[in-house]
Amino acid sequence: MMFDRPLLRFVPRGTKINFMRGRFIGLATSAVLSVASLILFFHPGLTLGLDFRGGIVVEARTQGPADFNTIRAALSAQHVNAAGVQSFGGPDDVLIRLDTPPDSEPDHEARTQAMVDSVRHAIGTLPGAQVLRADAVGASVSKELFRNGMLALGISLLMILAYIWFRFEWEFAISAVVTLVLDLTKAIGFLVITHFEFDLVMVAAILTILGYSTNDKVVVYDRVRENLRKYRTMPLAELIDLSINETLSRTLGTSSTVFLAALPLALFGGASLSGFAWVMLFGIVVGTSSSIFIAAPLLLLMGEKRLRRDARPAARN
Amino acid sequence: MMYYSRLRMASVIGVCLIGLALCLPNVIRQPMASLPWRQIHLGLDLRGGSYLLLQVDMNSVTADRLRGLQDETRQTLLKNSLGYRNLTTSAHGVTFTPRTPEETQPDLKVLRAMPMNVPDEFRVEQAEGGQVTITLSAEAARQRAYDAVTQSIEIVRRRIDATGAIDPEITRQGDDRIIVELPGISDPERVKNLLGTTAKMTFHLVADSAIGSAVPPPGVEMLPMTDGQSKLPVFSHVDVDGADLTNASASIDQQSGEWAVNFTFDSTGAQEFGEVTRANVGKRFAIVLDNKVIEAPVIRTAITGGSGQITGGFSAQQATDMALLLRAGALPAPLNVIEQRSIGPSLGADSIRAGGYSLAAGFVLVIAFMALFYGRFGWYANIALLANLVLMTAILSLFEATLTLPGMAGMLLTLGMAVDANILINERIREEVARGRSALQAMQAGFERATGTIVDSNATALLAHVMLFVFGTGPVRGFALTITIGIVTTLFTTLLLSRMLMVRWYARTRPSTLPV
Repeated sequence: MMFDRPLLRFVPRGTKINFMRGRFIGLATSAVLSVASLILFFHPGLTLGLDFRGGIVVEARTQGPADFNTIRAALSAQHVNAAGVQSFGGPDDVLIRLDTPPDSEPDHEARTQAMVDSVRHAIGTLPGAQVLRADAVGASVSKELFRNGMLALGISLLMILAYIWFRFEWEFAISAVVTLVLDLTKAIGFLVITHFEFDLVMVAAILTILGYSTNDKVVVYDRVRENLRKYRTMPLAELIDLSINETLSRTLGTSSTVFLAALPLALFGGASLSGFAWVMLFGIVVGTSSSIFIAAPLLLLMGEKRLRRDARPAARN
Repeated sequence: MMYYSRLRMASVIGVCLIGLALCLPNVIRQPMASLPWRQIHLGLDLRGGSYLLLQVDMNSVTADRLRGLQDETRQTLLKNSLGYRNLTTSAHGVTFTPRTPEETQPDLKVLRAMPMNVPDEFRVEQAEGGQVTITLSAEAARQRAYDAVTQSIEIVRRRIDATGAIDPEITRQGDDRIIVELPGISDPERVKNLLGTTAKMTFHLVADSAIGSAVPPPGVEMLPMTDGQSKLPVFSHVDVDGADLTNASASIDQQSGEWAVNFTFDSTGAQEFGEVTRANVGKRFAIVLDNKVIEAPVIRTAITGGSGQITGGFSAQQATDMALLLRAGALPAPLNVIEQRSIGPSLGADSIRAGGYSLAAGFVLVIAFMALFYGRFGWYANIALLANLVLMTAILSLFEATLTLPGMAGMLLTLGMAVDANILINERIREEVARGRSALQAMQAGFERATGTIVDSNATALLAHVMLFVFGTGPVRGFALTITIGIVTTLFTTLLLSRMLMVRWYARTRPSTLPV
């Protein structure tokens, strides 16, 4: 039958790649990338999205290519001081940004809302133009959304830690969470470099790649644990290499399917989802490689003595 | 592990068929009204519409209560023949100076006996300098905000219904907030204006004697006119309250040809209105809306019919909206819009197209991948994947969940992750075959060993997304919800359905080698 046997194979059967030999290169590369990301995080820093920064964003579609001067004139006729008027998507799409008054001022919420209406009126004066989207987030709400987003991120990390701790020995849990934190810093570095706006949807993207990355580590660790019981005398470095090689085909298979699922979203998902999908794609690559090059070496460093207590005498014999 | 009883098979297939049936409401019309017909709602980002987050103005709620407390304090002290000086209300509370220091203790005693709306609503204390202060507790303020939201939701709903909005969703968020979702309304300006008005209407007598005086005498307030230029002194005492209205409508006044709002009182209001107008013929009667004087006509004759007319130089829209507001009732406190998101219909349609195409493309890519790399078992995984999509849609329909753009992304990612379990099983079977196990042993070992890993890896993802659902807001919740549901359906379709397909295939053909 035509569809019976697989036509392609990812990894040749029974690979014996010595990943642990390159462990210091892996850890060093990761450290450099993460430090660079941290520097990027402090300077120039993340581009905060509307959710977290607060403010007004209006997307409009004009008839024919957008003429910024006409739009600016229409805005100032309504006494609106736009922080930015820029093109976005197609040539007839414009994005208008406004800063909201600080929340220390009385009536700042009402003034913010009045500003949105003024922008709408201004666009209404342009022939054939229509508002595609108008979002206004007050200063107090944006602070709150940011707090909630960070809370979701922090608690999820703790829950993952708790679960791995509960299911595996603590060496596994620590290595997994350290690796996750390193993954997280790289994702932030990616956001800074690409200028994707950091908003609630990005928090969801980051949580998803953390979940995916954990998933990947759990599979490798599961195999390490199984092999620890199976090969009581094998040195840990060898045992971890064996476990990675045994699960390599699965690791690459799963990351490919998730990658393939997210790829169309990055390419055709539209402005609001493509940033999310690119972060996903980046996260899949980072999460998959960190299982092999970071989480496994860390486990080796931390577990060398403890996890192989009975292996040493056997090795000497 | 390698045996599926008829009952088990029937239930797995049954669940899939029920899932398929539950998806139907999304694609066909309801054949009978008696049939439960639940379907997925499209989020505002997909169908276009507006989202408003309103917050009760706490300062105003507190100020209202403090003003009431000041009144009660004055009355309580007078009733007990106790004196006071400098009775004032600030943002923090009510303060006064007792007539003599000896009266401080009796003052505290009678004031502490004043009725409270909630336990420990306020505290009466002796402050520095011999003053007595009455302060509201934070808990009481919170309770008031909560009550204000409860009352407001009903009024907000009435006001929005009157605008003819279709399927508005009005829900409470937290203690002091209301979420208003208006599908199909991409410009919420009118709704915002309607909700931004408290619409508290009162009738006061005009203090003609105080006209022109710089400082109003006690019991008289200077209120601005709606033209915003002049002020009019009116007695603070509310003679008739707009809360006693039963109906209001806009019409053109026959004599002047101007737009007017006609109103009708209930029996209490009609009686009060009749009495006041009878006793004050020839005086001016101010109609005050939200602390602004709309007009102050002279009372020509006693109005006993319980109905009246307001002509304030309205436009047609103003008259209609004012009648609407009076019919719907006054809000207990002003509502501020603190977040607004509105999406035009064309953008929503663009998003559906982009999301739909991506979903389809991702699905096809994953199916092709599984078929190419895993052969027959890959196709079984694909059948499970299709069932997964059906079950996800079914559960979302059953909950009448709202599908948002991030929700669609969540579905797509679930499909990518869902095959992981199948890949784990297949890879395990391959390994066992490579170790020289028989077909049966390899499949058995594959199922057994992979199950623990599958549960472990899905449990971590489940935890992360449940947290995201609990702590997230807005679109992120939709994303977390679809992934959470997706993980559950994934476990079902891979651990039961695709495995069943593999086992059935084995039982049917008894192969000596596996297609891995």
